[in-house]
This record gives sequence, C-alpha cells and structure tokens, in this order.
Amino acid sequence: MEPFVEHHGRAVALRRDDVDTDQILPAEFCKRVTKSGYEDALFARWRAEDGFVLEQPRHAGATVLLAGRDFGIGSSREHAVWALRDWGFRAVVATGFGDIFRRNALNNGLVPVDLPTPVVEELMDLAESAEGLRLTVDLRAGLLRRPGGEHPFTVDARARARLLEGQDVIAETLLRTGDIEAYEAGRPSWLPEIPRGAFDLAEQRLQDEAPLQTEQRLRTDAAGVSR
Amino acid sequence: MGPARTLAEKLWERHVVASRPGGPDLLYIDLHLTHEATSPQAFDGLRLAGRSVRRPGLTLALEDHNVATTATAVLDPVSLVQLDTLRRNCAEQGVELYSVGHRRQGIVHVVGPELGLVQPGMTIVCGDSHTATHGAFGALAFGIGTSDVEHVLATQCLEIGQPRTLAVEFTGQLPPEVGAKEMILALIARIGANGAQGHLIEYRGDAVRGLSMEARMTLCNMSIEAGARAGIVAPDETTLEYLRGRPHAPAGADWDAAVADWSTLATDPGAVFDRTVVLDVGGLTPLVTWGTNPAQTVPLAAAVPDPQTFADPLERASAQKALAYMGLRPGTSMRDLAIDVVFVGSCTNGRIEDLRSAAGVLRGRTVAAGTRMLVVPGSMQVRAEAEAEGLHEVFAAAGAEWRLPGCSMCLGMNTDRLEGVERCASTSNRNFEGRQGARARTHLVSPAVAAATAVAGRLAAPADLA
Ligand code: SF4
Repeated sequence: MEPFVEHHGRAVALRRDDVDTDQILPAEFCKRVTKSGYEDALFARWRAEDGFVLEQPRHAGATVLLAGRDFGIGSSREHAVWALRDWGFRAVVATGFGDIFRRNALNNGLVPVDLPTPVVEELMDLAESAEGLRLTVDLRAGLLRRPGGEHPFTVDARARARLLEGQDVIAETLLRTGDIEAYEAGRPSWLPEIPRGAFDLAEQRLQDEAPLQTEQRLRTDAAGVSR
Repeated sequence: MGPARTLAEKLWERHVVASRPGGPDLLYIDLHLTHEATSPQAFDGLRLAGRSVRRPGLTLALEDHNVATTATAVLDPVSLVQLDTLRRNCAEQGVELYSVGHRRQGIVHVVGPELGLVQPGMTIVCGDSHTATHGAFGALAFGIGTSDVEHVLATQCLEIGQPRTLAVEFTGQLPPEVGAKEMILALIARIGANGAQGHLIEYRGDAVRGLSMEARMTLCNMSIEAGARAGIVAPDETTLEYLRGRPHAPAGADWDAAVADWSTLATDPGAVFDRTVVLDVGGLTPLVTWGTNPAQTVPLAAAVPDPQTFADPLERASAQKALAYMGLRPGTSMRDLAIDVVFVGSCTNGRIEDLRSAAGVLRGRTVAAGTRMLVVPGSMQVRAEAEAEGLHEVFAAAGAEWRLPGCSMCLGMNTDRLEGVERCASTSNRNFEGRQGARARTHLVSPAVAAATAVAGRLAAPADLA
C-alpha cells in the first residue's frame, strides 16, 4: 500500500450523525466484484437530492470529510471505504466511528480522525464559511492541523505504523508462519473442518447415525414458490 | 488458580498465536464463513499477490446476499457474475460452497450453526457485520471487511486489539408475549446505536439462560446494532442439546472431551467487566422502531415521540430527521400506522422458531387486503423443517408468499425491495434510511408482531387480534 504520512487538503462538511455504511454505499452497488470505481455510488441516494453538499461546485476536490457523530456504523461492507477513497477522500473527521469501518478505513489508507463534537462542529462552520477550510492530517505526529490551531488524535498504533511505512499487512503476518504452525499443532482435535465435498460426508454420517426427517422434497424451481 | 477472568478474556487468550507488548494480538480464526458479496475482491487480492488459501477446510462459502428468493434461476446478469465469481474462486481454492439450490444453502449465520460448525470456544469471522450471531454458542464471533477476509484466507489469522468488556445483565422474568427481539431492542434503546462501540458484550442473567439457542442467536445477532464488536452467551445444557448430533459437531470420545472443555467457558466469579448494564425484562411489552436507527424504539402501545421532548440536542435533531424520512407525526399512535409490506426473515429472525411463531399467529387468519407478506426462511434446512411441519401451508392459506432462502428484503440487494415510500414491518435488524429500498420506511419488530401486523394491516401485537 502507498504510505500515508501527512495529507493536506480541503475539507467539506456533511452535517449528519449516525451515517451508516448503507448510506455511504447502498447495497445494490455491492453486486460489483471490483475493488475500485465506486465514486459513482458514494452517498448515491443523497446525491440524487438537490443541493447535496458533495455536489456543490465549491466543494469539488475536497479530500477531508467532516461528519457528525458515529460515522460508518452498520454493515461491514468495505465498499463504503472504497467509495470514499475513490471519490478522493483521504481522511474522515468525526466523533466516533463504527468499529468495523474504522478498521476497514485503516486497511485502505483512509484515516479516521476521531475528535470531540465541539471541535468537529467548529471545523464544519469553518468549512462552510466563504473562505472554506484547509486541513493537514499529520499521521506521524497524530495531529489534525488547521489555520491557527491543532487537535491531537489517535489511531491504532500498529495500523498507524503500517500506514506510515506503507507495509503489506498480509506479508507481515506471513512472516510469522512459524508461530501459526506452532499454534495449529495444539488445536483440539474436535474442531470442525469442512473439506470440499464435506456435505456429502456429513449427510452420510447423519444417515448412519440417525435417519432424520430432513429428507423433504425440496422444490427449488419456480413452481416451488407458492403464493 | 490465576486471576478471575471473563468469558471474553478466556476466549481471547486461547486464540493468541503471538502478541506484541501493548500491541494487538495475532489471533487464530477457527472458522471463516464467506459469501458472494464481500469476498470477490479478497480472492482477487490473493491471486494478484500469488497467494493461496492457507486452510481451505476452515472456510465455508454460501450464496445468500444476492440470490433471488422466487426461483433459483431468476437473476440479473450483474448478480450472476458475482455468484459465478464465488463459484470459480471456491473451486480454484478448494473451499466448500453451498450454492443456490443446494440442500444446505442459506444465510451464512443460519447455516453455520445448523451444521454444527459453530461450537463453544471457537473464533469465527465473516465479511458480514452480523457474525455476532454465533456468539450465542459461547464463541468469539465478529464481522470483518474484505481486506480482513483476504488476510484470513491467506493466514487463518487476524491481528486485532482486545475489545473492552460489557456485561449486560437481563434480570426478571420475560413476559410470554415478548422475546429476544424485544430484549435486544430494549438494550439498544437504552445504550444507543453505537453505545457499545469498542466493546464485546456478554449477555448474562436468568432471562438469558431461559432462552432457546434460536433466541440467543437473535439476541447476539443485533449486538452490532448497539455498536459492539461481538456478543456472547456462555454455553450451557441448552447449547449442548442444540449441538448434539449435528453434522459437524464432535462425536464419540471427541464429544466428551469437547464437553469437558466447554464447561470451563464461563466468566469466573469476581471477574471484572469494564462496564455493566442491568436491564429488567419483567415489564417488557412488544417493541417497534419508529425512526431510522434501532435505538429509536418505543412500545407498540405508545405513540410516535415528539422530538421537542428530547433533552439532548443531537438526539432531537436526529429524531426530527428520522420523522421526516419516516413520514410520521409526533403523537400518532404506533398502532394506527398502516403497513404495506411485512417481511419475516433474515439472520435475525429467519430460523424455524421464528417461522413457528409467525405461523402460530397466522393460523386460521388472513393477511389484510392491501398488505403483502413475504416469508423468507433463513436456509433450505429451515424451509424443509417448516414444510415438514406444514407451516408453509399456514402461510400460503393466509395469503403470504413462501419464498426460497436468502437475505432478501433485509438489505434489498436482490429484487426483494420496497417501492417508493412503502412502509414495512420487518423482522430484520436495520431500519436505516434506504436499507430496504431507496425511500423505504422500516419498522423493526418480532416475528409475532410481524404476523399480527400482516393480519391487521396496521402495526399490531397478537393480543390485538380478535
Ligand atoms: S440477512 Fe441481512 S443482516 Fe443477515 S447476513 Fe443477510 S444481509 Fe446481513
């Protein structure tokens, strides 16, 4: 991944609390099998409404999103993070984030900046002012800098270290394969395994041990759906 | 004897592969469930990096989010590509997959437990936030994004920080007309839609011990709606009873060894939680959401609240927005709300007990004119059981649609979606804006309330029906 050390950019205010990932990216866009090209789907429902803030020409090119309380709650869909990133955002400033969203964001180089509500509100006012607002997200120092001030923020220490260096998380874990193998050697014998074809084996065992009543005529064709 | 530990701590410790001082632990994942919607990019990432699945036998794939529920063949081309991609990826990497039409197909969180794959003491992840469902078995189960899915496929591990612990103590006796859905909605209403952020909830107390496995799954399922990473219930006799004889449950000597091990999976007396919430269930009545997050809940007998009565300015603003979206006026009695569509299904309430509960209310009655009711079993197994009991005939006789399993109207990814501003009573888990359709209005309810509502054509509890 590309390293993230410091980012300087314009901020835009989304004055909404509890923005969930269904709103960031509605489910119908989760049908795609790609990992990029989601900018058209970002906040799709709201963008269809007149005057939505991201559609205002004066906010074109903004790279820092300011939002209210508890941003990114709900569904685990990483597509929401991809859409924000594809739109051009490099950081989201909010009060509280959904846990899974926070993790997904860090996995994609989108920095979640968690700050108290009064600070975020002040930043929103500035972003909406005629002059607009430029912010610097300094991940190395853990500071959000604005003209005339700065606000400390924290992100998960490991994720931060990885972002600063642009490390591949999976490659790092694979370096610990020895530890993983040692752990696997001690796992209890009864833990389930599902080899390909397991279903047939499991059915076999069920029939051997206890003939169940599950052998129903399962009608899976159109005719099977009764109205 | 070491220091007293919580169940969450015990589950965590037994899966630590390696740890860094003060840093996140590398945790071993015993079971990975996956599906078509959040996995294609993960398999792609593997391929691009020249990696393969480390333990294909510890991953099970299902088709659920994006399948049609009217017939196995009806799919738009985009959805077909997604299903084909999953099939290709699973074949290439040796991962077991239950496709549409397969006797074991269904929603990941319904099928995993049914097969006996979910057992006490395990770690379970899935690219879906409702993975918390599996905590009902005393397993550590949480939802992950696609990058983490790729990580688990490649390494069978995740590097993750230990969550804080929250004890939720349900005291008192659960009244007969309410159940797990009311318990979890009441909790979320109390602590807020992100009130358990960063925490793992352990559900405790007699009211929890009295719940069936199905009900415990409903309870744990919606932990994420409280913002929690996961929810767990310590295993007991009810858990063993459910597991015994299931296809992947341990058998013979393995069973005895497993049971001995599982009996240690409880919070020690004197163990300390970071937070505790106590909630008496004795006075619970049927609940229904009125807003656009699951914390916006009132008793069915109540009225739409007036935002002006909310002290917190944030809550007030949020309530105003929610009412505008939901097309509601303060003071309107919830029972007066006419309902266009009733949805019974999802990983929250699409199990056999839920269908029995809905059918119990519907038997001998009919769905109101002007109201449509969809019953979508959580899995082929649930569907088979329901048909063996004749429940499908009850639904059909009442005028409800009896469908094939899938996520369906829970997230509106397939064609099961609300049109325009239709109002829906739904047994699913999210009443978010646009979740069930672009402008859809969702009221979350239990299966019994859903069925009574279908009959009345307005929000109603079974006791309201003549
Ligand atoms: S039923 Fe709904 S909540 Fe459950 S897995 Fe499917 S989409 Fe997610």
